[in-house]
Amino acid sequence: MSKKNDVLTKMLDYGILMVLIILIIFFSVASSNFLSINTCMTILKQVSITGITSVGMCYVILTGGIDLSVGSIAGLSAVIAALVMQAGAPGVIGSLVALLVALAVGALNGFCVTKLNMPALIATLGTQTALRGLAYIVTDGLPVHSFSKTYGNFAKTSIAGIPLMVILMLLVFLVGKFILERTTFGRYVYGVGGNEEASHLSGVNVMRVKLIVYAFAGFLSGIAGLVLLSRTSSGQPSAGDGYEMDAITAVVLGGVSLSGGEGRINQVMIGVVLMGVLSTGMIMCGINDYVQKLVKGIVLILAVAFMEFSGKVRNQRMVQK
Amino acid sequence: MNDIILKVDHLSKYFALVKALDDISFDVRRGEVHALCGENGAGKSTFIKLLTGAYEPTKGTIEFEHKVYEKMTPKLSMDLGISVIYQEFSLIPYLTVAENIFYGREIQKYGIRNIKEMNQRAEELCKEMGVDLDVKTKVCELGVAYQQIVEIMKAVSKNARFIIMDEPTAPLTINETKIFFDIIEKLREKRVTIIFISHRLEEVFELCDRVTVFCDGRYIVTKDVKDVTKQQLISYMVGRELTESYPVNIAGKGEVLLEADHLTNKRIKEISFQLRKGEILGFGGLVGAGRTEVARAIYGADRILSGRLKKNGETFCPANPRDGLKHGIGLIPEDRKRQGLILGMSVKENTVFSIYDKCTNTGVIQKSKVESLVDDYIKELKIKTPNREQIAKNLSGGNQQKIVLAKMLATNCDVLIFDEPTRGIDVGAKQEIYALMTELAKQGKGIIMISSEMPELIGMSDRILVMSHGKIVGELERTEYTQERILEFASTEKEGVEEHE
Repeated sequence: MSKKNDVLTKMLDYGILMVLIILIIFFSVASSNFLSINTCMTILKQVSITGITSVGMCYVILTGGIDLSVGSIAGLSAVIAALVMQAGAPGVIGSLVALLVALAVGALNGFCVTKLNMPALIATLGTQTALRGLAYIVTDGLPVHSFSKTYGNFAKTSIAGIPLMVILMLLVFLVGKFILERTTFGRYVYGVGGNEEASHLSGVNVMRVKLIVYAFAGFLSGIAGLVLLSRTSSGQPSAGDGYEMDAITAVVLGGVSLSGGEGRINQVMIGVVLMGVLSTGMIMCGINDYVQKLVKGIVLILAVAFMEFSGKVRNQRMVQK
Repeated sequence: MNDIILKVDHLSKYFALVKALDDISFDVRRGEVHALCGENGAGKSTFIKLLTGAYEPTKGTIEFEHKVYEKMTPKLSMDLGISVIYQEFSLIPYLTVAENIFYGREIQKYGIRNIKEMNQRAEELCKEMGVDLDVKTKVCELGVAYQQIVEIMKAVSKNARFIIMDEPTAPLTINETKIFFDIIEKLREKRVTIIFISHRLEEVFELCDRVTVFCDGRYIVTKDVKDVTKQQLISYMVGRELTESYPVNIAGKGEVLLEADHLTNKRIKEISFQLRKGEILGFGGLVGAGRTEVARAIYGADRILSGRLKKNGETFCPANPRDGLKHGIGLIPEDRKRQGLILGMSVKENTVFSIYDKCTNTGVIQKSKVESLVDDYIKELKIKTPNREQIAKNLSGGNQQKIVLAKMLATNCDVLIFDEPTRGIDVGAKQEIYALMTELAKQGKGIIMISSEMPELIGMSDRILVMSHGKIVGELERTEYTQERILEFASTEKEGVEEHE
């Protein structure tokens, strides 16, 4: 096999990256301001929340599950943090309480999926609805204002030109990547999704792996909620609505198999960035809101179709080898 | 009366060098119940697949109702009225009996089903067959026997004139078997021809008119059932000589390593045996006799309800596979693709999957430790793989089996349970697995081998326990075993088992 073909195989391997590059080239041509550090930071800042939740979603989907409660957990933790701070507690305490709640709710998802043997779709659909309700109950349906004045600083601060939000996202991503690739737990996540029965017979505590994965996803949803709170400076009970879909979209774009066991977190991050590029690019090109939605959907479908296709070509090449 | 419905002539099917079916010629008469007997690998399934058109014959012809065919196709076979009732049913669980019978051929007008008419017709069919069944019941609410009967009625409603039944009674209880036999009688009255495949020889004598025996893909004999005895039939079935060579286990038998004392759970009853160091203990019996369940109970994959397990004199009760491994029990499961391997993962990861946590430094995997360990096993077990990063899916069956073995050896277990160790792997790899088993015995490990391959069971085991219906029904020492005796034990009827209680 020639070297040239090897490069092609590699490129097909990273189908999603090619789609991203094509999009960047397209928008650079269409809008002269697009290719700049400024835009780059805007995009990264915009996707930072999705980036954080996608890491958790990636774990869950790798085990063969799904988590629909991401958005609700984010919303709930935002209002809880706001309420605790409104009562006079410092930001750190407010954040910690919110994160603990998020972790507990994630663990509850895991409990339903493992011990109660519920389908993940149903269990997390249940918590999605219930937690949203809870967020409205604790706030009486009104936004929580007038809490810590400094809380919003986080979203406004940059270090060396890089917003803290983006740094946080990268941090979450790197930790997620490290656990997934370098620790036994991470390998069990792949193993459980790849073949649950074989993993069980290999002595892996399958239930524990799943439980931790849902708790982890819940925890990250909590972080996402806090970032959102800092950004908007008000605890909205409706906050985070639809976040789960963004995360699922990014994970699927990243080539993670919905049946579990297959996929790489690097590519999920590329998927996250791709979504940001797409919406920012369209805004800069002055495309109207409704058309944006339409184009987004079409591009997503085309991107996945392209990945399927390149995956097939790649497999054929592997067989030929 | 002696109207021939099916006649096969020099029918053969070769897979590369393997003669799955070699030069088979015999005939089946219209309206008879014709038994087809033979051990695993005798060629029965291949024969069925040739008749249903799943395979094309390499040589020979199939003559059906006096028309000669070079080969069958699934459609042709169906059009001719040939139907197969498999052990795994092809029914839709949440549809009713009537809906299942007419599934795919609904009585309808403009796409709207006429449920009333279907129910009525299904009821008529039930009456005709003498089946007492509410056709509006959902199939999932029925017992196995009735599900099978629904399957048969479906075939009959399609005008099947030739029904092949592949071990239909294996999952049935005695009472269910009686119901089932009544149906066969009805079919006989309707002049439907039946090919009946069963490992339970008593049923052959009770039910069938004639019997044909295959052995190692060859045709042995066709006889009127009333002209043969069970002993004769068994001797036809084992007609082959044990030509394959097996390594001799020269390990001296050490002290007792594992002791099971009246192990009982839902699937096994009062299982007691001892396994010594250096011993290869064979478990024989028919599929579904409870051998795998014994292995799973010892390993901790199934719960033990009563009885005791002792390892090196110490009592233990494994609650899960982790527990089993901790006590030095290793299981190489029967279905390596489903239970043994994570197919999408590399050779490396599969090998260390059970001991990943031991290759870490504060939670982080130590790459070098893992790699040197895996390389050692690749070398020691002669796993043929381009490198350790190769995906397990891409390896041959024999090499996949070696990876599962390596995974267990890596846990340092000293009791190894091989469940069908050579299923689906080629001859060369088989020999390697056998050699590894004797080598492990020599190292002082205790080995339990479950096998449905008679030559393998006899060739490899130092001692054989034969199971039937969840119980150990016979124990044979090396000097005592013959294929006949094992088969006789294995086909012990349920009543016979009950008497032991």
